[in-house]
Amino acid sequence: MATQEPDDKLISTEVSADETVRNERPDETVLAAKDLDVYYGEDRAIDDVSIEIPENKVTALIGPSGCGKSTFLRCINRMNDQIDVCRVDGDVVFKGKNVYDGDVDPVALRRKIGMVFQKPNPFPKSIRENVTYGLEVQGKPATEGDVERALRGAALYEEVHDKLDTSGLDLSGGQQQRLCIARAIAPDPEVILMDEPTSALDPVAASKIEDLIDTLVEEYTVIIVTHNMQQAARISDKTAVFLTGGELVEFDDTATIFENPADSRVEDYITGKFG
Amino acid sequence: MSTDTDPEITSADGRVAADQRRDRLVQGGLFLCISFTLLTTLAIFWVLFNEATHFFFDGRFSDVVVSLLTGESVSQRITFVEFFAGERWDVTHSINPGYWVGPLVWGTFLITVGAAFVSIPIGTLTALYLSEYASQDVRKYLKPGLEILAGIPTIVYGFFAISFITPWLIRPAAELLGVQTRSANVAAGAIVVGIMTIPIVASISEDAMSSVPDDLRNGAYALGATKFDVSLGVVLPASVSGVFAAYILAISRAIGETMAVTIAAGFTPQIAFSPFVEIQTMTAYMVDAVRGEAVVGSIRYQSLFAVGLLLFIITLVMNLLNNKLKERYREEYR
Repeated sequence: MATQEPDDKLISTEVSADETVRNERPDETVLAAKDLDVYYGEDRAIDDVSIEIPENKVTALIGPSGCGKSTFLRCINRMNDQIDVCRVDGDVVFKGKNVYDGDVDPVALRRKIGMVFQKPNPFPKSIRENVTYGLEVQGKPATEGDVERALRGAALYEEVHDKLDTSGLDLSGGQQQRLCIARAIAPDPEVILMDEPTSALDPVAASKIEDLIDTLVEEYTVIIVTHNMQQAARISDKTAVFLTGGELVEFDDTATIFENPADSRVEDYITGKFG
Repeated sequence: MSTDTDPEITSADGRVAADQRRDRLVQGGLFLCISFTLLTTLAIFWVLFNEATHFFFDGRFSDVVVSLLTGESVSQRITFVEFFAGERWDVTHSINPGYWVGPLVWGTFLITVGAAFVSIPIGTLTALYLSEYASQDVRKYLKPGLEILAGIPTIVYGFFAISFITPWLIRPAAELLGVQTRSANVAAGAIVVGIMTIPIVASISEDAMSSVPDDLRNGAYALGATKFDVSLGVVLPASVSGVFAAYILAISRAIGETMAVTIAAGFTPQIAFSPFVEIQTMTAYMVDAVRGEAVVGSIRYQSLFAVGLLLFIITLVMNLLNNKLKERYREEYR
């Protein structure tokens, strides 16, 4: 434990250095990557990425298929630990602490950083059990109030309040995805990672999720990977553009990225010249 | 409009017809193979039913069926009441033979339940380890290793029971409790059959657990679940019907297990409640009856088939149950 302190200091000086972002920002950085490389075996999926993600904002990660944006997302809560061949170099700093430090417990980390996946994946349990699962594994007893708060937070309560004991699998795809969001916010994390949360949904269900993200940022920091550039433009405050090879080409306010990008490759990608 | 027939889509040159003939030949050959197993099964049915009819009715199966259909009265040599609710099992007794199958069924029951207490916990935990904890490399070597355990001849397990389990485990335990035990006993039989069926439970449960989609695991891990939470709280419930199918298969294997229990648990048909006594299972009786050179046509010979038929019915029910569960489990995830 004694070695932890100098580590923390080192990291916080690095974070305040703030080299990668040009604009002056009053935003509080909650999460930052520094010189991050990720390899799958021999292949490099993320190439020297540095980024600072502001608190209580929606940050969108966009880019063509295979550009490493999902890999980057999974680095943040160390879900890549599940993959045997995945190797991570560099730092991901969450509230001043490198999550790849030896003393960081990925289980504890994931209790602070929730995640919503591309395909709705409710457990084959009741709606209530789905919502309380996160609290349960943390050893916290879940109250009726917790369930209601999480379901309201995910804009699902009105639709399911009279059938909390039916299986989560009986809901529609869009409802299942909102159940997964309710499940993610029930343990009250600080950051919510979303990996293309609407790509498996119909447009109506997708727009409900987009509206929901708008309200979620009041309490949480949202980082969303999306294939859909209109979606990124609509819902995000900040946009990071990854291009093939796992390179972070540009990271700025969403308006700047879409109206006046600094990098010509970003402009080409946004205007549909490739990708 | 051309009136020419397109030669490409007729078999005018006979080549296509020859292809078709060969195809029919292959089809016929394949059907022959499957009818071979089908016929064997039917033959087994026939022998089983015919000899069992001799045992109960002292007549041929066809004669008895005809008599029953024409409403003639059929006299039973050994009544079903005696078979299912008699007093004792002693077919060869020269003056007062007993035909109650109870002690044999009891023996099989004890071995099966005892074996389930060994194979179900160990097999399930092994499957969870292989599916959730073991790295790919470890699984690559462990799973085939487990399947080797299933390939060892059962008679070897029988000798393992009398040369290791009984002298090193059961006898010391019996001495500790101050009771007598014999070289063949219920406990040794149950343990050895339990060990034999671990691979069935583990292998089939592991298949069911690995087919639980990773999406579910990721969902739980992302909520800060530990491996243990995921294994017991998500994977096991999601694969429960497949796991139960594994249990049932293991149990029906235990019921039908012959050589190892014959050696390990003995030849004394009795209703006993101690794990240290010798008993006789249904299968062990059948070995015994054959070993004793039962004369074809004697009641001892025919009793073999009556017990066999009962065993067959029991395992058939277990297999049907297993299929039912497998169907359900297939429906759950796709």
